[in-house]
Amino acid sequence: MEWLVDHPLLAALVALAGLAALFGAVLGYAAIRFRVEGDPIVEQIDALLPQTQCGQCGYPGCRPYAEAIAQGEAINKCPPGGETTVKALADLLGVPVPELDLEPGQEANAKRVAFIHEELCIGCTKCLKACPVDAIIGAPKLMHTVVAEECTGCDLCVEPCPVDCIEMVPVPTTLETWHWELPPPPGRRAARRESIIATDRAAEDAAA
Amino acid sequence: MSPLSSPHLHAPLDTPRLMRLVVAATLPGLVGLLWNFGWGPLINVLLASVFALGWEATALWIRRRPVSFTLADSSALVTGVLLGLALPPLAPWWLVAVGTFFAIVVAKQLYGGLGYNPFNPAMVGYVVLLISFPVEMTTWFTPRELLPEGVALPGLGESLSRVFLPGAQVSPADAFTGATPLDLFKHQTGLLVEQIYAAYPLFARAELAGYGWEWVNLGFLIGGAFLLAQRVYTWHAPVGMLLGIALPAALFYDGGSSESGGSPLFHLFSGATMLGAFFIVTDPVTAAASRRGRLFQGLLAGVLVYLIRTFGNYPDAVAFAVLLTNFAAPLLDHYTLPRTYGHRRARRGTEKIDG
Amino acid sequence: MKIHELPGGVHPPEEKARSLGDPIGRLPLPERLVLPLAQHLGAPARPTVAKGERVLGGQRIAEAQGAISAHLHAPTSGRVVGVEERPIPHPSGLPAPCLVLEVDGRDEWRDPEPLADPWGASPERLLSQVRAAGIVGLGGAGFPTAVKLAPRRPIHTLILNGTECEPYITCDDALMRERAAQVIAGGRLMARILGGPKILVGIEDNKPAAFEAMAQAAAPYGIEVVEFPTKYPSGGERQLIQILTGLEVPSGGLPADLGIVVQNVGTAHAVYRAVVEGLPLTHRIVTVTGGACRINRNYELPVGMAVAEVLAHNQFAPEACTRLVMGGPMMGFALPDPTVPVVKTTNCLLALSAAEAPAQPPPERPCIRCGLCAEACPASLLPQQLFWYGLAKDWDRLRAHNLFDCIECGACAYVCPSQLPLVQVYRAAKGEIRELERERRKAERARRRFEAHKARLAREEAARAARRATRRQAADAGEGGDAPSVAQLIAAARSEARGADPAAERARRQRAVAAAEERLRLAAERLAAAEREGLGDSQRAALEARRAEAEAKLAAARRALAELEAEAAGARAMDKIAASPRERLQGALRRLEDKLAALEGRIAAAAPEERPELESARTKLREKIAEVRSELAGLGPEGDRRPEDPAALDAAARAIARARERAAARAALSPVERARADVASLAERVERARQKLERARAEGAEQAAALTEALERLEEKLARARAELAALEGDETRP
Repeated sequence: MEWLVDHPLLAALVALAGLAALFGAVLGYAAIRFRVEGDPIVEQIDALLPQTQCGQCGYPGCRPYAEAIAQGEAINKCPPGGETTVKALADLLGVPVPELDLEPGQEANAKRVAFIHEELCIGCTKCLKACPVDAIIGAPKLMHTVVAEECTGCDLCVEPCPVDCIEMVPVPTTLETWHWELPPPPGRRAARRESIIATDRAAEDAAA
Repeated sequence: MSPLSSPHLHAPLDTPRLMRLVVAATLPGLVGLLWNFGWGPLINVLLASVFALGWEATALWIRRRPVSFTLADSSALVTGVLLGLALPPLAPWWLVAVGTFFAIVVAKQLYGGLGYNPFNPAMVGYVVLLISFPVEMTTWFTPRELLPEGVALPGLGESLSRVFLPGAQVSPADAFTGATPLDLFKHQTGLLVEQIYAAYPLFARAELAGYGWEWVNLGFLIGGAFLLAQRVYTWHAPVGMLLGIALPAALFYDGGSSESGGSPLFHLFSGATMLGAFFIVTDPVTAAASRRGRLFQGLLAGVLVYLIRTFGNYPDAVAFAVLLTNFAAPLLDHYTLPRTYGHRRARRGTEKIDG
Repeated sequence: MKIHELPGGVHPPEEKARSLGDPIGRLPLPERLVLPLAQHLGAPARPTVAKGERVLGGQRIAEAQGAISAHLHAPTSGRVVGVEERPIPHPSGLPAPCLVLEVDGRDEWRDPEPLADPWGASPERLLSQVRAAGIVGLGGAGFPTAVKLAPRRPIHTLILNGTECEPYITCDDALMRERAAQVIAGGRLMARILGGPKILVGIEDNKPAAFEAMAQAAAPYGIEVVEFPTKYPSGGERQLIQILTGLEVPSGGLPADLGIVVQNVGTAHAVYRAVVEGLPLTHRIVTVTGGACRINRNYELPVGMAVAEVLAHNQFAPEACTRLVMGGPMMGFALPDPTVPVVKTTNCLLALSAAEAPAQPPPERPCIRCGLCAEACPASLLPQQLFWYGLAKDWDRLRAHNLFDCIECGACAYVCPSQLPLVQVYRAAKGEIRELERERRKAERARRRFEAHKARLAREEAARAARRATRRQAADAGEGGDAPSVAQLIAAARSEARGADPAAERARRQRAVAAAEERLRLAAERLAAAEREGLGDSQRAALEARRAEAEAKLAAARRALAELEAEAAGARAMDKIAASPRERLQGALRRLEDKLAALEGRIAAAAPEERPELESARTKLREKIAEVRSELAGLGPEGDRRPEDPAALDAAARAIARARERAAARAALSPVERARADVASLAERVERARQKLERARAEGAEQAAALTEALERLEEKLARARAELAALEGDETRP
């Protein structure tokens, strides 16, 4: 004790080292004891993807794309998920929201289901094999049909059909699915109204 | 096209009307200012309004927004009027121009215009001027009735020339200038409150606080009561601010000793207290969203006003206090969500729901 | 009784007096009634009448389907035109199935079926009477009343809602003034169904006449009629509960969770009618009002009458009408189409003039966060925050700010000085969130199905891989020594050739070929047609490309079939080679003996000059047979071992290769060529069989009968093959 009192510098060092060891132990214990078991990131990403399994991202299904995202792939390659999915992914991964990466002619978030023109179907079962969610029923030489409820609108059955009898049709709005639409953003709304006087509208037009 | 959603009726109060009500409510206070300080405040208000509208129009034009439609909301007018009321009488025209530029262009339009500005535009303009031009900004007049023999407030012609002509501007050397009650009180040390009150006619002839200024504050109080009655805002923010000033004042009155910070009445009816409580801290754009939040914001602003007046370097502090509480608005919003019907407790603003 | 204050709320101009000048009126019957099958929350009703059937007033024409649904009855007599898709009163303007009734004007009714002793009947009996009458909540939402009157928890208070807080609407007011006793009786009947709870009647203080009438009617039964200050939206179910009891319905819960049921006074009246008068819900009181109607009053209207027709009786000025609203001005919806019918939940038809509501909302200004909306919100929400988050599509924040506790009363949008479309944003956000929820569930299901799909593919692939592995092992054994037996090799070859079910696989590939041929034919036809019609080059090129594609596909299909057949042929060859020495010798012996038998036959039938030659051949054969027999006899236990030596394997491989080649050659033939080959080989086989038969007959052998049969079968087959060939050749010669 006295020795420590006599050597204040050493005493300080010992005290600091002791404290460091103590807090280190506490932190270490806390890290183990209170560890948060998060979902593995791939699971979380996969949960946000629309599960159409369409492969439009360039990966064979949603899960592989989720794995790729976890490895650093861009998050904007999912047209069926649309902006909502990109935003959710950006939110999850803490990155800025990128623009959706669309090929020309690709439509984002368009709700469609496959429809088989049954009078043309020859019963070749090719589409059955292409469907990633087994949503087409049929047998060889028998007409096939799509279980619209289960169809994810992935498009994958269209190409293999030898007689081109599969068409992607938009999902119709029914009384059950109809809902009010968000009004357009304020700037544009104000500008379109009649009551803005002519001079302003001219300015707007010029700006547009 | 999406069908029209209910409700199909609308209350008559709209934004332009609301803004004009605010402008109208400043009249009693403005009359008080005119009575005591001559043409100066009126020229200030008119000049600031014209500049504010001009800056707003320019900014809108540059931003390619509908100019007349937006100007019609009168929010720039309100900013101009409030800044004009806050400026010392006969402020030179360039001072007004600079102040309104910062208020309208920097503090408001650069943030996206009405509704998007985080800080009260008039107060930003005021603070910029106060820090940049301290002499011009603190040269107030002696109230008309207290002017020494032979000295008069400038008439209309002289007033205009002092505002617009270079080299003619008001300076502390002018005989009609004088300290405000807050100034006067602040710079007395070692005197009991009673002694101060007895020594200066500014206090001796007053009923509540400082001569002249008390009437200006009463005028703004009347205007505020009118706006409350018109349901333009609720009592929460103004009452919060007045309490925030009065409570510490009562606490630190110290029986009127030489260390006293001044009586609650003195603080309530001096300087820009009532203008701040009923016209500045009530600016909804920069305030907290909920009623409870606004009460807290008012309280905070009031306490800050008292602290800066009493312990700070500036004689008055409404502008600083309001800007500082503007900072606090998001935090207040976070903690003051009202309890929704059917819920046990209120949520926090940033809380999220999983799934 | 303590009145609790409703937070928020607004005081729009009431405009109620204008429709209260006259008593409840009736209108002449229209020619046609359009009755939507879903006039209630829940599943649509199912029609129980046939097209062309004559129905009487009060007759059930559609029955409830599922737990939450309601019956539908004819409001008058007439003929059923059918079920048609017609626009119904809904903000979307979408059509829905409706029963269309052609009114005959005689207004004949089915005999009413009242309960004999309504006040002595059991609650169950009363409830079934309510259910049979197709009663739904008449306050607006249209929840089936029978369901609401059978809550899962005990009920201590029944509140009759006579608040009618929306401006303009007076249908409940008029009903309470004129039929207070019936409303009270209906309330008492509902209380009986609910097990006798206390009854409270809530009425706003802007209806003193209704309050007087109700208080008088209620007095003998100790029912409390409470009058409270007028304020919108105190008539909301949750708000009324708060005003009368101070309690709040838990978020996401039901009033029944508090032991409270709220029923509209109109519903109580309908219950009275159903139980005491035996009449189903076919009519309701509707307020027809608004600046664009000269006559403003209440009517008792049959459900199904077109809105336009109702308005026509009220000196409606279409050009003056800026918005035609069904329901009140605060929560009703603008009708996209005035031909829609009045339904069970229609309480008001409101033809607003420009002075009351502009056709287009005024241009909105930015939100100034004034907080008037929060002042007005009866649910203590922060409407402006919800608005921002709604526009930003921040669904999580919206839910954190309790979006789903919004009752869409419109008080916030009513007071908003910037005229923001607040309610629309909330409705859209709720819709989007619900849709996302639906999509999330669908994605979850898709994920599960995809995983099941992948698992199935993996199983199949594993099975194939196992087969391939066995075969490869066998091949390795052939080259390298210690390896599986030829038998395994053969098994692998066989199973590969056959797949799980060789016959099915073969059939499948044959069908594929057939389909490909059909497609090729179609493509060729189209091309021909196109050429006839002289289509443009690009289209022709496209068609040609399609034909080429079809050809390629056909070739691929043929190849697949050929491979299969080659495998099968290979397997047969392998069978032979892979026999053990004993089996092989036995096979050889059998064949030699067959040959000998045949030779003997020939000797017997032969001319004398041929005999010596044949006899010498017979001697040789006999020698060979003896040799084979001795060899067989000499075989030790190893004679049963199947050959595993490379040479044998080579032989096997060679045999397989040969068989494959043959099959491939055959498959590569065009259909006509193949048919020709088939015909040729069959003809040969028929010829051989015939000779054999003749020999057998000459020898008088026992097999003659069997051989005859076999020959017949072969001939049949040949005939079929020939017909096929003829058909194919016909096809080919056709241009």
